[in-house]
Amino acid sequence: MPNLQGFAWQPWHVWLIGSALLIASLLFAGSRGAYAISWGELLGAVGVSGGSEAGSASQLVFFNIRLPRLLLGVAAGAGLGIAGALMQGLFRNPLADPGLIGVSSGAALAAGITIVLAASFMPDLPRKLGSWTLVVMAFAGGLAVTSLIYALAQNSSAGVGTSMALMLLAGVAVNALAGAGLGFLSFLATDEQLRSLQFWLLGSLGGARWSAVILVSCTVLVSCIAALLLAKPLNALALGEAQASMLGVEVERLKRISIVITALAVGSVTATTGIIGFIGLVAPHAMRLMVGSDHRLVLPGSALLGATLVLLADAVARTIAKPAELPLGVLTAFVGVPFFLLLLRAQRSRIML
Amino acid sequence: MIDATHTIEARGLSMRVGSQTIVAPLDMTWQAGQVSAILGPNGAGKSSLLSMLSLERRADAGALSINSRPANGHQTGSYKSAELAKFRAVMPQASQVAFDFKVSEVVELGRYPHRLQPSADETLIAARAMDLTQVDQLAHRAFNTLSGGEKARVHLARCLAQIWEPMPSLGSRWLLLDEPTASLDLSHQQAVMQTVRRWALDQGVGVIAVLHDLNLALRFADQVVVLQAGRCVASGPTSKLAPALIAQVWGVDCRLTQRADGSPYLML
Repeated sequence: MPNLQGFAWQPWHVWLIGSALLIASLLFAGSRGAYAISWGELLGAVGVSGGSEAGSASQLVFFNIRLPRLLLGVAAGAGLGIAGALMQGLFRNPLADPGLIGVSSGAALAAGITIVLAASFMPDLPRKLGSWTLVVMAFAGGLAVTSLIYALAQNSSAGVGTSMALMLLAGVAVNALAGAGLGFLSFLATDEQLRSLQFWLLGSLGGARWSAVILVSCTVLVSCIAALLLAKPLNALALGEAQASMLGVEVERLKRISIVITALAVGSVTATTGIIGFIGLVAPHAMRLMVGSDHRLVLPGSALLGATLVLLADAVARTIAKPAELPLGVLTAFVGVPFFLLLLRAQRSRIML
Repeated sequence: MIDATHTIEARGLSMRVGSQTIVAPLDMTWQAGQVSAILGPNGAGKSSLLSMLSLERRADAGALSINSRPANGHQTGSYKSAELAKFRAVMPQASQVAFDFKVSEVVELGRYPHRLQPSADETLIAARAMDLTQVDQLAHRAFNTLSGGEKARVHLARCLAQIWEPMPSLGSRWLLLDEPTASLDLSHQQAVMQTVRRWALDQGVGVIAVLHDLNLALRFADQVVVLQAGRCVASGPTSKLAPALIAQVWGVDCRLTQRADGSPYLML
């Protein structure tokens, strides 16, 4: 593989190449599925070329099923990718993952509680909230656990505010606790509940409805814009918290904003799709291996690459065993890991922690 | 007459950890346009004093003012960190940079405080700073692959880039250095000290450096502060560094001689 880091990457290079990849994967994923749509029909459906009649089967499938799913995939991948880049920058550690701050495990625990217990203890809840119950519960659970971990990481006695080391350790501990809670729930669950819990934990874009898609897309879009504004302070943070503050970075504020952005983006994505693993880890890492460590490149690149990877994984998930669907979480690992290992191989001399 | 807009003034500045005194209450005025050395044995509180001056750590008591404005505490009119960063740079003793940032990217981070009001020469400053500390050849290397001495020179370049241009509205510029020469070879020790001395003399920058090498202090500093167990035992011009003081503070016998050019030199 050529030495991509030797090239003087500019943000617009990343935007251009990333967008091109994303559009290509949109076309690819748009045409694939239980109901195949040719590219001609696809372009006709979105009005780029004439030819397709209004109300045709392709058009119905595309607008009601395929398009919301594609958009949810883009939002999910972009949200997870950029949140991963944000967390790695914040923890100054390439192994950090949005799950570290508890948002995924909190969402999973709340989803488990909803699936397993809500039916017996809160029979009114589904009726009041309809199909939104699981989404709202998971989102709230993610935020609640993140707030708990953030509170546990406060170390005001030493005057340092939020300690990232405390946060990391508290995060590991609370995540383990949430895992135990999920284990207990699956012990209580009926076979049917266990199956839906398991499917939720492996993630899927199958629940894409326009209302949810629009909500998640808006949250992720706002999160992405906010995250991009943090690129320069995150670069300064690479020098360490003390040196960053000597450069005038308001470090406490940077931590707080990054955590809120991650909790909102990952929380809303996870609440609608379930757990989609690996994207938050692999997308930023891959970007850094390709274009270097500058967050002005890594942040937008991670969003675009994350979206591309989720779209491709979902296209495969929908088609490989059709009409059945493979869980998306399985596919993101199947698509993401080999790509990641390839990069590691190519750049092996540069890897260090 | 001392013009207070060009000083760092400590009044009763002190630091404790638990019941242990790290820095006993200290009254001191540092003057811009000079190189001031903070000297003392290991554990004397040199780096702690510097970290209070840089506001990296908060003093437990006392007042600090920089260019005649209060700098610690929450008094009205005290600095915001973004404001201080425009005219005060701090070179760390040793610091790892996360991820593999390139040397040029690390140096460019020094310009972060000026991102909203860039200089007319903004694009040239990082390169010139790298020239000054002789790391221009390393510009495209990954920072984390450098040797300790090379890293120190890159950090110095970053600090010089940070305070590259005068900020007349904010007063004198300050360069705080924590053992800048610790990992440098002999020729780079001289070069680095010469560079910061030139900045002090020619540009009026205030340089405060924690140093270990007494001969470097004798040669390049104007003023010294000698700490022992957190207390200031001597301060003033470098002539204070007499064999008797050195025997008392470091427990080392030495003799003051002269170099060929007549400058003082301590034979240890």
